Amino acid sequence: MRPFEYARPQTEAEAVELLSDHDGKTAVLAGGTDIMNLLRRDAIQPRRLVDIKHISSMQGIRQADGGVLVGSLVTLEDAAESPLLAEHRSVLQVAHAHKAIQIQQAGTLAGDLCQLPHCWYFRNGYGLLGMENGLSMAEAGDNRYHAIFGNRGPAKFVSGSRFAPAMIAWGAKVRVVGPEGEEFIPLEYFFATPKTDRQNVTVLRPGQLVTHVWLPSRTADIVSGAYEVLELNGLDRPQAAAAVTLKMQSGIVRDARIVMGHVAPTPWVAQEAANALIGQSVNEDTASRVGDIAVAGATPLSMNGFKVQMARAAVKRSLLRAVGQLDEALV
Amino acid sequence: MAKKRVVTTTINGDTHEFLCQPRQTLLETLRDVLGLTGTKEGCSNGNCGACTVHLNGRPVDSCLVLGVEVEGAEIRTIEGVACGSHLDEVQEAFLEGAALQCGICTPGFIMQTESLLDENPNPTEDEIRFYLAGNLCRCTGYDKIVRSVQCAAEKRQTANVGDH
Ligand SMILES: Cc1cc2nc3c(=O)[nH]c(=O)nc-3n(C[C@H](O)[C@H](O)[C@H](O)COP(=O)(O)OP(=O)(O)OC[C@H]3O[C@@H](n4cnc5c(N)ncnc54)[C@H](O)[C@@H]3O)c2cc1C
Ligand code: FES
Ligand code: FES
Repeated sequence: MRPFEYARPQTEAEAVELLSDHDGKTAVLAGGTDIMNLLRRDAIQPRRLVDIKHISSMQGIRQADGGVLVGSLVTLEDAAESPLLAEHRSVLQVAHAHKAIQIQQAGTLAGDLCQLPHCWYFRNGYGLLGMENGLSMAEAGDNRYHAIFGNRGPAKFVSGSRFAPAMIAWGAKVRVVGPEGEEFIPLEYFFATPKTDRQNVTVLRPGQLVTHVWLPSRTADIVSGAYEVLELNGLDRPQAAAAVTLKMQSGIVRDARIVMGHVAPTPWVAQEAANALIGQSVNEDTASRVGDIAVAGATPLSMNGFKVQMARAAVKRSLLRAVGQLDEALV
Repeated sequence: MAKKRVVTTTINGDTHEFLCQPRQTLLETLRDVLGLTGTKEGCSNGNCGACTVHLNGRPVDSCLVLGVEVEGAEIRTIEGVACGSHLDEVQEAFLEGAALQCGICTPGFIMQTESLLDENPNPTEDEIRFYLAGNLCRCTGYDKIVRSVQCAAEKRQTANVGDH
């Protein structure tokens, strides 16, 4: 690890100030379960690490403004166990997917949303876009775990967040604070696809951090579900994932949100597929058809064509899971 | 930039003050600065759990924590489990159940088991396997470890009944 300064603010304002120094060559340290591995490999080289764990305003889950306000420091375990999130089934389904207790108890929600890609070229020091001599290493090299959507530009990695698809499908917003004050950003617009190594995977600007995530409350006519396709039933990250939130009336879908994860440099909203579901009931047939539509525009790389089928299955199964028709015994 | 910092913390009940660089992990600090070499390094990336210690009562991978982060915290390591030469129930059960071979993973498994039994004194086999999912062993196979945890739970319950 390269040397860096360590700072421990007690308030959001102090954190913003500490993050703004050094021309923004600073990084947030939350649970550390991801960033420590980036630092160890010098994949990122901040001059100062700002440990936000002692900022009390960013802790806890409470009701607010017709929804639930989740502090950035809420751990994966707290999220999985909170009665306030019990109705957000798709969120719980992903919260339970982390297997190691040590990671569940340390990893935070905002850390999941803001995590950098798990692309092996990036993690081995070739920069965020994994370029060598101006060429994408993923494009020519081993791209099994890379993007099948949104991959025409230089970014070939997939967004690593497990929670983002479910939360976007719920219409979540993030509260961000920074040198210019606070703003609420719809989570759907929080992610960005970098075009250069110096850009970021989120819209956060230097000095900004996420303090909370807000989710609207569930009303009785809303159902949700998430499904992750895993390589092993272990610690590994999903190969493809999907989450859906559906507004139902007498068994018919009145409104739908479908978001795929781990398939593109950002969470990937499948709007056409969602539109095709409106006015339909959810069953094996419609769910299959919607899965087909969701992956129709896929542009797989040389080695990851298999992910298209996984994404299709994730969409289908998340729909069936939302309406209680997924045979859990088989999955 | 990045000067050494003084960190004050409680380790196994004793107050410690030490100097460390911000980039040193808690694992490195325990082993190389404080000489507490009972905590082991396996993968150094959060996968194997060999480096598990308790930080404010919760199990963490000490390779994913910085030494400077533990300012003001309470830490328990494998060195704090036995009472003098008297092993605790989990250590005894692991020895009797042959739940170790090379022993690199053992301090982590024991610390994780201590947390499990504090939270849930009478876990089922499934609960044990789930709780130990973040701890890997390359030598022993997990059955002997799981049996030893069950045995430790029984020993502890018998000891507690005996106390009353
Ligand atoms: C063994 C192991 C297995 C894992 N498995 C998975 C997995 O299957 N799926 C998965 O998604 N992740 C996985 N992770 C990664 C990680 O544990 C989780 O994503 C976790 O939620 C990250 O949270 P953290 O608080 O530890 O983040 P940190 O490591 O502290 O931070 C992660 C990133 O987010 C930034 N950040 C954190 N908080 C904020 C904030 N409030 N505002 C702005 N930026 C912020 C940091 O600067 C950093 O870049 C795994 C990690 C390990 C070690
Ligand atoms: S050494 Fe820390 S988890 Fe493996
Ligand atoms: S005894 Fe060798 S790794 Fe577990």
